[in-house]
Formats: sequence, C-alpha cells, structure tokens
Amino acid sequence: MQPSPIRDVVVGIFVLIGLGTIGYLSVQVGGVSYKGPGGLTLYAAFDEVGGLKPRAPVSIAGVTVGQVREIQLDELLRARVTLEVDRDLELPSDTSAGIRTAGLLGDQFIALEPGGEEELLRSGQEIAFTESALSIERLIGRFVHDSGVSAD
Amino acid sequence: MRMVSVETLGFRTVELVGHLGRISVFLGAVVSHSFRRPLRLRRFVNELFDVGVLSLAIVCLSGATVGAVLGLQGYTTLTRFGAESSLGAVVGLSIVRELGPVLTALLVTGRAGSAMAAEIASMVTTQQLDGLRMMSIDPVDFVVQPKALAMLVAMPMLNALFIVFALFGGYVVGVELLGVDGGTYVTSMEESIEFGEDILGTLLKSGVFGALVGLVATYRGFVAEPTSAGVSAATTGTVVIASVSILLADYVITALWGV
Repeated sequence: MQPSPIRDVVVGIFVLIGLGTIGYLSVQVGGVSYKGPGGLTLYAAFDEVGGLKPRAPVSIAGVTVGQVREIQLDELLRARVTLEVDRDLELPSDTSAGIRTAGLLGDQFIALEPGGEEELLRSGQEIAFTESALSIERLIGRFVHDSGVSAD
Repeated sequence: MRMVSVETLGFRTVELVGHLGRISVFLGAVVSHSFRRPLRLRRFVNELFDVGVLSLAIVCLSGATVGAVLGLQGYTTLTRFGAESSLGAVVGLSIVRELGPVLTALLVTGRAGSAMAAEIASMVTTQQLDGLRMMSIDPVDFVVQPKALAMLVAMPMLNALFIVFALFGGYVVGVELLGVDGGTYVTSMEESIEFGEDILGTLLKSGVFGALVGLVATYRGFVAEPTSAGVSAATTGTVVIASVSILLADYVITALWGV
C-alpha cells in the first residue's frame, strides 16, 4: 500500500476522536471529577445511611451543592460519610445533615440545613448534627410494637 | 454407518483441539512480534484506517438507532410504573455495560473482521504469504500483527463512539419526542453510571473483544484452504466464530467482574 499523508491524517483524527470520546465518557458520564484544588470536604457520621450511595447529591433547600464522596465505617461502627460541597459555600458550624429520599421510591440524598452560628464550617470539619435515613421497615415495626403495647 | 459417524466425531474433536493448540501458538507469535522491532508503524496505521475509520459510519449510525429504540422501549415499559424519570439510567446502563461493547464488536466483526480474514485468505490462495516467507519475512510479523493490533486499538474507541451516539439517540427520543425532562434524563444517567465499574468495564470488554476478533479473523484467514472456496469459508468462519466467542466472552467477563 502506498504511503498516503491524507490517510495518516484521517487515522490521526480518528484516534483523537476516539480518545476524546473515551475521555468524555469518563469525565462527563462516569463522573471522574477534577474540581481544582478541592471543594469543601465535610464529614458526617450517621447511625444508618440506608440506601445512600457514593455520588448521591448533597443539597440545601433542594438545590444541589455537592455530592457524597465516600461512605465508610468509623471506629464507633457508625457510617462516616465524606461530602464534597462547593468551596465558596458559607455554612454555619451548627449546620445539620439529614438523609432524605426523593419521593416515595426515589434515590436517597443528603439535605443540609444551615444553623444560626456566626462561626463557619471549614474544610475537613465534621457536621455534628445528623439525622439518619428513615427506614420504612423500622417505622412500621415501631408502629406495630407501640400499638401492641397500648392494647395491653 | 454408525461406525462412520463415530469416526467423524473423533476426527472433529481431534481437529478442534488441534485448532485450539495452533491458535494459542499463533497468539503467542502475534504478541511476541508486537514487542519486537521493526514496529511496522506504517502498516499499522493503514490497518487502523481500514478497521477504525471505515467502520465509523456504521458504528455511529447503529449506535444512534439502538439508543433511540432503547429510549422508546424503556419509556413504554417505565411509564407503566410511573418511573419515566429513570429512563436515563435504563438507557445509559444497558448501553454502557452491555449493548455498547457487544454490538460494536459484532458490527466490526461483520464490517472489518470478515474483510481481514478474506484478505489474508486470498493472500494464502495466491501464495503471497509463501512469497514473503521466501524473502525470509515472517508473514505473522508483516501481515498478521498490524491487523490484529489495529483491531485491538480501534475497538475501544469505536465502542466509546457507539455509546456516545446511543446516549444521544436515547436523549433525542426520550426528551425531545416523548417529553421526559432533559435534566432528569441526564442526571439519572450520570448518577447511575460510575467510572470505576461501568466505564472501565466497558473499555475492558471492548478491549477483550477487539483482541478476540483480531485473533480469530487473522487466524482463520491464515489457515484457509488455498482455494476460492477456502476464502469464502474463512470469511464465513470468522463471522460465526468471532460472534459466538464475543457473546461467550461477554458472559464470562460479566460473571467474573460483574460489569
């Protein structure tokens, strides 16, 4: 086959497009995110995270401001959730975090509720006030148990 | 009569095992030539043109169509449960994890793998490979290795293109035609697809499929009977064997790594 400069360029373009598409898939769809020198990293410990998963949204008043980075078990056997939120967010130090469900069957997310303190949360700090995931099974269990007690 | 069929069975078994052995040796030769000079860059680029660039149109078109159909099918099923908001996740996950790599591999087998086998087989028929051997050029090094490598390199890229076009097709049907909210579609898709598991998994799958198609196509062409019937048998054999082994490998990869 004769060497053909045009063919080489076309193959080069193909490789560029191919690699670009793989990159697009990884970054945009796959969510490998590089957010510069770190968003605001916060920790929160929950007794129960339910179906919360990494990359679940973190929101304030319904507005998404970040996402769950990872979920681990801490030394007290509670779920330690690492959150990454926008860097320029000014959260009071008594902000509370709760795990909510979008709709009846929707995915779980973390809702932050700002408090009233003057002092602001800094990166790496722990959110002290947390509210665990609502477990419908546990609610029903408690309801059945309570009604049983009151019948006595 | 009974005796003949038993004989045939035994002959076929021995033949199959022999093919397995020869294809392993063949694979070893291709791999070892990939790391040995000369690198045959010129031939590799030409093969990449044949496999990659010429397959672009069919891969992109099929991707958009499959995505659109999946959007339509997914929508009709999901509305029954009032879960149209998960359409993005349904389309995205099934495309990325399963349909993208498998369909791309099948398309490329038909588009480029068959041509690859036919080309090598007709080189066998016209004794061009023997000519190379006479000039003490190893045909595995000169003919086979660039083709197999081009298949391995092109497949993940074509797969990524297929996926992007399919996601786009699903978006057009789901959002523009059926009225799912655009933000919901994209968010549910992006939240459900993870890099470590899904994107790396799809690249792993398409890489394995690329190696498989490249190996089967070149081997089947290489061992073709030196007749015109041999060329056509090599082409058919490539498409059949490659397609079946893609589907088998897909099951094995999914079972082992859960992607």
